[in-house]
Amino acid sequence: MGSYRWNWPILLEDPYFGWIVSGFGNTCLIAVLAWLIAFPLGSVIGIARTTEIRAIRLVGTVYVEIFRNIPLLAQMFLWYFVVPELLPEDWGRWVKRDMPYPQFWTSVICLGLYTASRVAEQVRSGIEAISRGQRFAGLAMGLTEPQVYRYVLIPVAYRIIIPSLTSDFLGVFKNSSLALTIGVLELTSQARQIEEYTFAAFEAFATATVLYCAVTGIVIVAMRQVERVTRVPGTITIQA
Amino acid sequence: MFAGFDFAILVRNAPFLWGGMLLTLKLTALAVTGGLLLGVVLAVLRLSTIPFAPTLVAGYVNFLRSMPLILAIFWFYTLIPKLTGQSVSSFYSVLIAFILFEAAYYSEIIRAGISSVRRGQIAAGLALGLTNAQSMRYIVLPQAIRNMTPVLLTQSIVMLQDTSLVYVVGLRDFLTTADIVAGRDSRPVELYMFVALVFLVICFGASRMVHRLRRRYAL
Repeated sequence: MGSYRWNWPILLEDPYFGWIVSGFGNTCLIAVLAWLIAFPLGSVIGIARTTEIRAIRLVGTVYVEIFRNIPLLAQMFLWYFVVPELLPEDWGRWVKRDMPYPQFWTSVICLGLYTASRVAEQVRSGIEAISRGQRFAGLAMGLTEPQVYRYVLIPVAYRIIIPSLTSDFLGVFKNSSLALTIGVLELTSQARQIEEYTFAAFEAFATATVLYCAVTGIVIVAMRQVERVTRVPGTITIQA
Repeated sequence: MFAGFDFAILVRNAPFLWGGMLLTLKLTALAVTGGLLLGVVLAVLRLSTIPFAPTLVAGYVNFLRSMPLILAIFWFYTLIPKLTGQSVSSFYSVLIAFILFEAAYYSEIIRAGISSVRRGQIAAGLALGLTNAQSMRYIVLPQAIRNMTPVLLTQSIVMLQDTSLVYVVGLRDFLTTADIVAGRDSRPVELYMFVALVFLVICFGASRMVHRLRRRYAL
């Protein structure tokens, strides 16, 4: 260890500084775009798993079990290498030849659909945490089932699960690093590349680590404020 | 859709793929064992009254939980040879990364399991004349273990899936061996679908067993 030559200034040199900036930008962009898929889709699937209709529940369950029980890296390879082969010929050709930024969008879709299965589980557990009496009370008052969800269950469920949704968002933020396996130059792969070019391994990895921790910290602090404002009166808050 | 599906390639490469699966299972078993042992120690320190210990453990846990596992793998892959001055096999560097990483997750589960037993129960034990250690041993731990076992098992299933990330340092686990065959024989569809299916069967089966266990032993 004593013989290690520290070289922090090299990270500010061209092109390494630009690599870190663009890598960090890609990481954030992938995470946000994937979340934009995961949140609505996961909500729909989670709600589907709590309805009274058996067939709809089953579809939700099958989705969650498939996406949760295959390693994310294997899913990444399936979307990137296998799906274009199984599509109708024209579509496959478009995906392989003409789609812009194929690696980037593949990882966004892969992470979005995977994270949706996690969001779905949180939404389901949030709705199930509300006593069944509230559903029955709503129905007894003459609300339809969609109205019960809209006015009774969903407003409470989402407020209960904010901490879990925060950790799922941080999960997709960290999981965006898997995009490097199909060639997306996000933060971790840029750190790795700097290490290969300059041998400044510690400096590069430390910078990446600090950036990941900083975003995580900021998100946690911000979401604590949101939790405070949206807390359901009379419940115990769970500190994340 | 599956007209050109070549099952024979799976049969031909079965021994190679099985070797990869053995590495995956070995890595999972060792990482779960090591992670649990370290996780228990961390959880006990976190709940202890030793000066600074709870804060230090909380810092460690939060630090590792905000880092991607891939980055942790890269850290140890480059760090350990430089620290020890000699080359370490990638298996051991990856194993250490997994143990340190999983211990952070396990310790939080164990801590939550112990905290889930209400304080009044310890007070009741003390009021009955049990010592602190006895109320821990006979009142808290039996309930805590029943509460946390399903969550620990679920985390271990996640861990089994996460071992596929050793792909990034070229260690030949199940996914990596399949990737090698897929690249060599240009057969990505068969190989990746096979890997996904095998993991799906193992992990789905295991999670059903955890579900049944939870239903039978839940308090």
